[in-house]
Amino acid sequence: MSLAYLIRRLLMAVPTLLGIAIVVFVLLRVVPGDPIAMMIPPGAHEQDIDRLRAFYGLDRPILVQLLYWFADLLQGRFGSSISLRQPVLELILGRFPATLELALAALALATTLGILLGVAAVYWRGRWPEAVVDALSGLAMAIPDFLWGLLFILGLGVLLPVLPISGRLDPRLETDFRTEFYLVESVARGEFALAGSVLAHLVAPAVALALPLTAALARILKSALNDAMSQDYILMARARGFGKARIIWRDALRNALVPTVTVSGVQFTFLIGGTVLIERIFSYPGIGNLAIGAVIDRDLPLIQGVVLTFAVLFIAVNLLIDMTYVLLNPRVRHG
Amino acid sequence: MSALLEIENLHLELAGGALPVLRGVSLTLAAGSVLGLVGESGAGKTMVGKTVLGLQPERARISDGAIRFAGRDVAHLGAAERRALLGRAMALIPQDPMSALNPVMRVERQMTDVIRFHLGLGRGAARRRALELLAAVHIREPERVLRQYPHELSGGMRQRVLIAIAFACRPQLIVADEPTTALDVTVQRQILRLVKELQSTAGTALLFITHDLGVVAKICDRVAVMHAGRILEAAGVAEVFARPRHDYTRALFAATPRYDRPGETLVPVPPDLTERLLAEAAAYDAARRRHA
Amino acid sequence: MAERLAPAAPWRNRRVLFGGFVLLALILLALAAPLIAPHDPLEQDLLISFEPPFWRDGADPAFLLGTDSLGRDILSRLIYGARVALTVALVAATLAGLLGTALGLLAGYYRGAVDAVISRLVDVWMSFPPVLLSVVLAAVVGAGLKAVILAIIFVDWTRFCRIVRAEVLVQREQDYVAAAVTIGLGRARVLVSEILPNLMPILLVLLSLEMGIAVIVEAILSFVGLSVASDAPTWGGLIGEGRLYINQAWWMMALPMLCIILTVLGFNALGDGLRETLDPVLRR
Repeated sequence: MSLAYLIRRLLMAVPTLLGIAIVVFVLLRVVPGDPIAMMIPPGAHEQDIDRLRAFYGLDRPILVQLLYWFADLLQGRFGSSISLRQPVLELILGRFPATLELALAALALATTLGILLGVAAVYWRGRWPEAVVDALSGLAMAIPDFLWGLLFILGLGVLLPVLPISGRLDPRLETDFRTEFYLVESVARGEFALAGSVLAHLVAPAVALALPLTAALARILKSALNDAMSQDYILMARARGFGKARIIWRDALRNALVPTVTVSGVQFTFLIGGTVLIERIFSYPGIGNLAIGAVIDRDLPLIQGVVLTFAVLFIAVNLLIDMTYVLLNPRVRHG
Repeated sequence: MSALLEIENLHLELAGGALPVLRGVSLTLAAGSVLGLVGESGAGKTMVGKTVLGLQPERARISDGAIRFAGRDVAHLGAAERRALLGRAMALIPQDPMSALNPVMRVERQMTDVIRFHLGLGRGAARRRALELLAAVHIREPERVLRQYPHELSGGMRQRVLIAIAFACRPQLIVADEPTTALDVTVQRQILRLVKELQSTAGTALLFITHDLGVVAKICDRVAVMHAGRILEAAGVAEVFARPRHDYTRALFAATPRYDRPGETLVPVPPDLTERLLAEAAAYDAARRRHA
Repeated sequence: MAERLAPAAPWRNRRVLFGGFVLLALILLALAAPLIAPHDPLEQDLLISFEPPFWRDGADPAFLLGTDSLGRDILSRLIYGARVALTVALVAATLAGLLGTALGLLAGYYRGAVDAVISRLVDVWMSFPPVLLSVVLAAVVGAGLKAVILAIIFVDWTRFCRIVRAEVLVQREQDYVAAAVTIGLGRARVLVSEILPNLMPILLVLLSLEMGIAVIVEAILSFVGLSVASDAPTWGGLIGEGRLYINQAWWMMALPMLCIILTVLGFNALGDGLRETLDPVLRR
């Protein structure tokens, strides 16, 4: 895969990002609902409201606001959060590692489990494990991730409290983290009790986040694997004396992953979007939680910053999926 | 000289007996010899080959008869025993080289996989053997081919690779299922010559399935003629070509284009002959059912 | 003149029956809420807060499913919540379907510049994270049922548009379209009276699934606090309230969740069942 292709894809992403930024920017200012009025306690003076509006530049025409915003962006100034009174960039960068750890954990879980279930459904084709996988995946896909999160909170919070259901780690533990990558850093420093706590707090939200993707992957992979298994080269593999398990794993799987990646690609982006609610539900301090808070408080600069961040994440995930596809499919590599 | 492969009165059926595919097929194949199996499409030739290897469709059932390989019953083998035989003592050369190679694996891996599986060689030794095999099938630049993916090779080269894989573990029997049908005419002759060369060098017995009598003439020692799942005639090639006994065999000859007699008119198999043969097959089925 | 192929007995399909039953039950609950609900869902009585539901000791039979933190009857609130869910499901799904179908028809039939613009729009639109988009939208448009419905339409029309467009592309190549054109029917007539009826099966499927999605989105928005005015009961809002008291009264959160899950499973079953029975018609 050439560097030129990569650069081209990145360049194509820029106008999309720009478009998203502009749309959000304009939307936030055009639709009814005055953010300033929502921030100020009732009965405030007219002049104070005006002054505040001028301070945030909301009294100028939209186009002018847009230009000023771009100018700021190019200089790396993302504005300041109205509700939290901190620079937006700082807030986002501070919370981002938490979301990254959560998302990656969910991703790892979903791909491993999804692939295993898909393979199992094909290996035991026509027998009960296949039916079980079908039923479970149907259920997991029908119920959205935020409901799974709530179910876990019910189960783990009340009925069987074995895992924590809020925060990133036990508040009683002493910590002096230098980075925000709690899991990575605690493992790197060999503080396994700490790492254990972080991991325990990741389980419930990560599983809730991962379930719909797992189900989708299992289903799509099962279908793709069954297709692959009916191909001539699989007959040839049997003619060489290879056993069923080996054939599925070594010969068919690589081929089946190719269409699986394409079809399930969009589900991966849903996982990113799912962090918004899951973090809220589990009181997990990531950017998803930040996003919801910003929206509820009508904190314009923060909303803009967070939406841009998610847009970048989406584009990055889509790019990674495309790259994975090219890696898996040698026919595309050579043009 | 006892036969390497003995097929005795083989009956294969689909759909629980409603669809007979092979009607009492009996064939023998001596070690190191080449038996041609000819007939039109749908005669059941491929099924014979697949059933010998145990690769017939799951829904197909062997309802009668036996298949003996080196004296051993292979019609009803356990999965593990069959896996020990396939690729090692018996191998397959497929019809369509386009779809018979795994598109996401390099040639090296597809070759060394089977070499290492059956012969237990390490990676280096297996690679060396793969290079030897590629040289034996007359592929120039074998090192480069090893690194390539199937879609980067021409049809003829893919078939050479498949042939190389078939011969890799020095099997005693190879089933060649119309290996030249999907290839260009010019390439067909090269491949045929190659197969004959490898077969006689290695002393492998070959069950060569084809619809083309011209091919049979070139490389087979004996030939069996099939129609609607029955063997109509089986004898040495010279004898069958000089004095074909069955009407159908004669009809096949008349329908085969011969490059050395370009002026000859081709006569398709007469429909009343086909009808007669199908009626014979139906009568056979009926007689079997009565005795069941 | 349209080639209308008869559907294959959808009412005998198990899934369709289950889904249809759920839909009917929901409609019934919603319409008859004032008659069925034992109490006023907004009536507070702090003296009887946190009454347990019927399966626990000390339950008051007047409050079958117990009361919440402000002494309001949970059962009544659930029933009235069905009203909101149903309204949102029907209205939002239908309108999103109308908008998406209209644009999909135009894009698929007229092709050219129209198609290029609409398709590009759909692509960019679909690259937005849907949850975030609807949350942001609901926030800026303000609270209220209208806002929620608007948010759903705004985000989900693309789903209809893409599928309808793909179907129209297939349909316009069919013989009956050519026949209609030769008779002299105008392009718009052909689109509406010939092609559209053949899209009905797939539209029904999409609509069923979309209703399930709409219920979920409404639940999300009201859970987060962005939906209807605070007092009016919504399932998502009930979940949000129940979350706060999960240790004292876990059923406050569990019961509305159950309602949502059943409803969504029902709509999904309806959609899947319809797809199953109407598939031979769809697959040409």
